[in-house]
Amino acid sequence: MRVEVDLDLCQGHAMCELEAPAVFSVPRKGKVVVTDPEPPEAERAAVEAAVRYCPTQALRLVPE
Amino acid sequence: MTASELRMVSGAEEPGGHLEELRRDPIALMRRVRDECGEVGAFDLAGRTVVLLSGAQANEFFFRAADEDLDQAEAYPFMTPIFGPGVVFDASPERRREALRNQALRGDMMRGHAQTIADEVSAMTAGWGDAGQIDLLDWFAELTIYTSSACLIGAKFRAQLDGRFAALYHDLERGTDALAFVNPYAPIDSFRRRDAARAGLVRLVEGIMSSRSAAPPPGRDERDLLDVLMSLRDPVGGPAFSADEITGMFISMMFAGHHTTSGTAAWTLIELLRHRRVLAEVTAELDALYRGGAEVSFQALREIPRLEGAIKETLRLHPPLILLLRAATRDLEACGHTIPAGALVGASPAISNRIAADFPDPDAFTPERYAEPRAEDLVNRWTWIPFGAGRHRCVGANFAMIQLKAIFSVLLRDWEFELAQPPETYRNDHSKMVVQLAQPCLANYRRRGSAPARAGQGVPR
Repeated sequence: MRVEVDLDLCQGHAMCELEAPAVFSVPRKGKVVVTDPEPPEAERAAVEAAVRYCPTQALRLVPE
Repeated sequence: MTASELRMVSGAEEPGGHLEELRRDPIALMRRVRDECGEVGAFDLAGRTVVLLSGAQANEFFFRAADEDLDQAEAYPFMTPIFGPGVVFDASPERRREALRNQALRGDMMRGHAQTIADEVSAMTAGWGDAGQIDLLDWFAELTIYTSSACLIGAKFRAQLDGRFAALYHDLERGTDALAFVNPYAPIDSFRRRDAARAGLVRLVEGIMSSRSAAPPPGRDERDLLDVLMSLRDPVGGPAFSADEITGMFISMMFAGHHTTSGTAAWTLIELLRHRRVLAEVTAELDALYRGGAEVSFQALREIPRLEGAIKETLRLHPPLILLLRAATRDLEACGHTIPAGALVGASPAISNRIAADFPDPDAFTPERYAEPRAEDLVNRWTWIPFGAGRHRCVGANFAMIQLKAIFSVLLRDWEFELAQPPETYRNDHSKMVVQLAQPCLANYRRRGSAPARAGQGVPR
């Protein structure tokens, strides 16, 4: 799986970092950084939660 | 293809153009623009053209536009006397982007906020007895003053507030007459009360500041935002901010989240009480979630699908902001129409949220429309716009949803409600740019598990 982000929409809420800290990092003043754009299968549930709870729908999970 | 003429809606020949109609019945005016002119039309605001957009294509243009093309600063002249100079809409687009990244709205703060909000609801209902009556506007307006001050400024500041702050804040919100587009200081009652209310708020904050100056300095962990602002010095060693400036900052921090959340909470309760089947489903959903001992601070951050559907449908039918505005800084083209430099440009949640092609049976309260696979809020990302959309989508939307979920988690767990007036008598007052419930808007409450009460009477036990 691959994670995509629309930085036009990201507002830096950092909900994704709460759900999947191994995959997302959000600096205190800034937008999301996808630290692992192709995370292992073990992260799937966490990444799906991050996509679902993103307040601005800026994240997408793309199947390989 | 050359751009076509803007069409002006009927009625522009009145003195002041459509200003009086905007002050009297803005939704009827905006609906007529769409009916007569289509997705791009115009009305006249005392000599200034307002280009009103609706529908997915025109709204996408609006919400994707850069700040440098469609600017917010000039578009809300009625806010400047409320915030004071130098605050929010009086700053550059760059400066505003920075200021909007409010650390208090970050995800990791939300659990604490949800708990704070649940505690505030419990505190406000602690004196309720077993049954009684509330005015929905007054009650939710006071509650959301406490929740927003506690979450955004700090629990310590919140603890120094009482009902006086809420009452003054309400007068500020009532000071948003559209006449401000002509003269924000016109001699009318709405503006006089607004200015008196702002002065009153400055005095309250000044009083709180004096009490803190007289007390021993707080430890690092006990400091709230007011302590931090009071500790900052200017280059010659004096206080960096006056009470007036600090009050302006607090007013602006609380403004976007106050009347919006307050009104949405009140309307959600009204719609649930108008639709008892939905209320029963939402109550059963909450009972099932909390029966297992879940904490509101955890659950409010998670999905509560039926409650969320009811809140989203309330937001669609009763969006707290009915007209979002920008000013065109240069000639622009939207859907084949030229927008002249200097025009105001608007998008209307009240109109777009009820487009029948996107929202079947648009005037009906149908929370099921948000369930998969319909998901009408996600499918119609440019017309389901109670929070706006795109790059300027409300930064507090997530906080607002968590707050509303926390409020109803506690209210519906502990209390039963009924409308105290005929259902059709609840309506909004549209005479100001800040839309509020028209009074009276009464509801009766009864502690869950207690015997049925007659309206407004205590229950003998």
